[in-house]
Amino acid sequence: MNRRNIVQTIGFVLLRSAALINGTALAVIVWFMVSRGWRAISWSFLTQAPTDSMTRGGILPCIVGTVCLMGIAVAVALPVGVASAIYLNEYAAQGTFVRIIRLGINNLAGVPSVVFGLFGLAFFCIILKMGVSILAGGLTLGLMTLPVIIGTSEEALKSVPQTYREASLGLGATKWQTIYRVVLPSAFPGIITGGILGLSRAAGETAPIMYTGAVFFTPDLPGSLFDAVMALPYHIYVLATAGTNIAATRPLQYGTALVLILLVFGMNLGAIILRTRIRKKMRL
Amino acid sequence: MESSTKMHTKGLDFYYNDAQALYDISLEFPQNRVTALIGPSGCGKSTFLRCLNRMNDLIPKTRAKGEIMLENMDVFDPALDVVSLRRRVGMVFQKPNPFPKTIFENIAYGMRVNGVRDKALIAERVETSLRQAAIWEEVKDRLNESALGLSGGQQQRLCIARALAVEPEVLLMDEPASALDPIATQKIEELIISLSKALTIIIVTHNMQQAARVSDITAFFYMGKLIEVNNTDTLFTKPELKQTEDYITGRFG
Repeated sequence: MNRRNIVQTIGFVLLRSAALINGTALAVIVWFMVSRGWRAISWSFLTQAPTDSMTRGGILPCIVGTVCLMGIAVAVALPVGVASAIYLNEYAAQGTFVRIIRLGINNLAGVPSVVFGLFGLAFFCIILKMGVSILAGGLTLGLMTLPVIIGTSEEALKSVPQTYREASLGLGATKWQTIYRVVLPSAFPGIITGGILGLSRAAGETAPIMYTGAVFFTPDLPGSLFDAVMALPYHIYVLATAGTNIAATRPLQYGTALVLILLVFGMNLGAIILRTRIRKKMRL
Repeated sequence: MESSTKMHTKGLDFYYNDAQALYDISLEFPQNRVTALIGPSGCGKSTFLRCLNRMNDLIPKTRAKGEIMLENMDVFDPALDVVSLRRRVGMVFQKPNPFPKTIFENIAYGMRVNGVRDKALIAERVETSLRQAAIWEEVKDRLNESALGLSGGQQQRLCIARALAVEPEVLLMDEPASALDPIATQKIEELIISLSKALTIIIVTHNMQQAARVSDITAFFYMGKLIEVNNTDTLFTKPELKQTEDYITGRFG
C-alpha cells in the first residue's frame, strides 16, 4: 500500500470516529433519560398538576406552559424572521446598510440566553408592563429564535435557483408576485425546517423564561396570555436545585426531562415529515 | 419580401460596473422574422438580448445608454412599467427552467400574474400554447403532473409554451437548444420557424448551422461590437468583412 492510500485510510478513520462520537453522545443521553425516566411517566403524570409541594403528581401545567410559550414565540418569530430574510435576500440593495443589519443579526445570535432573559424582564415585563406572563416569556423566546429563523430562511431563499426568478419576471410578473408565487413556495420546506429546529432549541431554554414567563409553582392552567405558567425546563431546574425534597423527586426530574426531550424530538420529526411531504409534492 | 421594423436599438452602450460590454449597437428587427445573433463567447450577444426586455436590471451596478424602441414604446423610459414591456417581449432561457409546479400551472402562470381569472379562458389558452409549442400531444394526459418530470427537450418546449401563453409580440431566445440533444434541438428549430409566422424572434446561438437553418437575418457580434448584419443567406455565403468570414468558416471563435 502506498503512502497516499495510508493517509486516506487514516483520514477516513478519523472522520468516521468523529461521526461515531456524535451518535454515541446522543444515544447515551437518550438511554440515560429513558432508563431513569420512563418509570415516572404515566397517564396521571401527564394529566395532573404537581401535588404535595411538588413531590408527587404530574406535570400537566409545565407541558401546557411550554406549549403556550412556544406558540407565542413561533407566532412572533416566524413572520418577522421570514419577512426580514425576504427583505435582506430579495429586496435590499447589497450595501453598507444591509451589512450592518447582517452584523446585528449575527451578534444577536451570539447573545447569551440569560441576557435575553434580563432584557425580556426589563423591556417586556417592566417597561411594557406585561408582567411575568406567557406573552412576555414567549416574546423573549421568539426574539432569541429570530436570528436562527432569519439565517435558515435566507439560506432557503438563496437555494432557490435564480432561473426561477428570471423566468417569472420574464413573463411579466412583478417582483412581489415572483416572490410570493415562485420563490417562497420553493423555499418553504427549508424555512419551516429551520423555524422548527430553532424553536425546538428554544423549547429547552431556561434562562430566557425564568424571569419573564415561568414561575416556580402554579397548579392552575393559564387562562389568558397575561398569566404566568410553569414550564418544563424551569420545572426540572426547580426540582433539581430548589425542591423541598430533591432526592425524593429524582424520578420526577428524569420523567420531566424525558417528556421535554420527547417534545423536542417530536417537533424535529414533524419538521422532517413536513419537509419530505412538501418536497414530494413539488418533486424537487 | 419587406417587413416593417418591430423593434430597434440605436447607439446602445452597456456597462457592467465600469467595464463596457456593448459599444454603439444599432440594429433593427423586422416584424415576423427570425434574427440570429452569433459570435464567440463573451462577445456581448446575450447581454444585448437581455437589454431588450431589461432583464439586465436584475444585475446590480449595470447601466445602459442609447435607445431601444419597441414600436413606439421607449424601453428605457423611466416612467415605463417594465412589467408591461416584459409582457410584450417574452424570453426563453438557455437552460430549461420550468417552475416546480404542474405542467398546467406552469403555462397558466403568466396569465395568472397578469390578472386573467377566467378559468375557461386559461384552460383554452394553456391548450393553444402547448399546441403552438408542439408539445400538446405529449403532455395532454398529464397536465396535472409536475413539469420537472419531463425530459430536457420537453421542458424547453414547455418553457416556450409558457412564454407564448402571455401572447408576446417579440420572443427572445438565449441559446434555447444548447443544453439539448440533436433530436430535441431539431424540434426546437422547427418550432422557431413555425412561430415566426406570427412572432418576431431574436435568437442567440453558438451554433452557426442553427443560425443558418432558422434565421432570416444574422448579426455577427465580436468584442461587444456589431461587426456585420445581413440577410442570413448573404452573410453566410458572401460576408463583406474578413472578420465575419473567419468566424463563420471556423477559423476562430
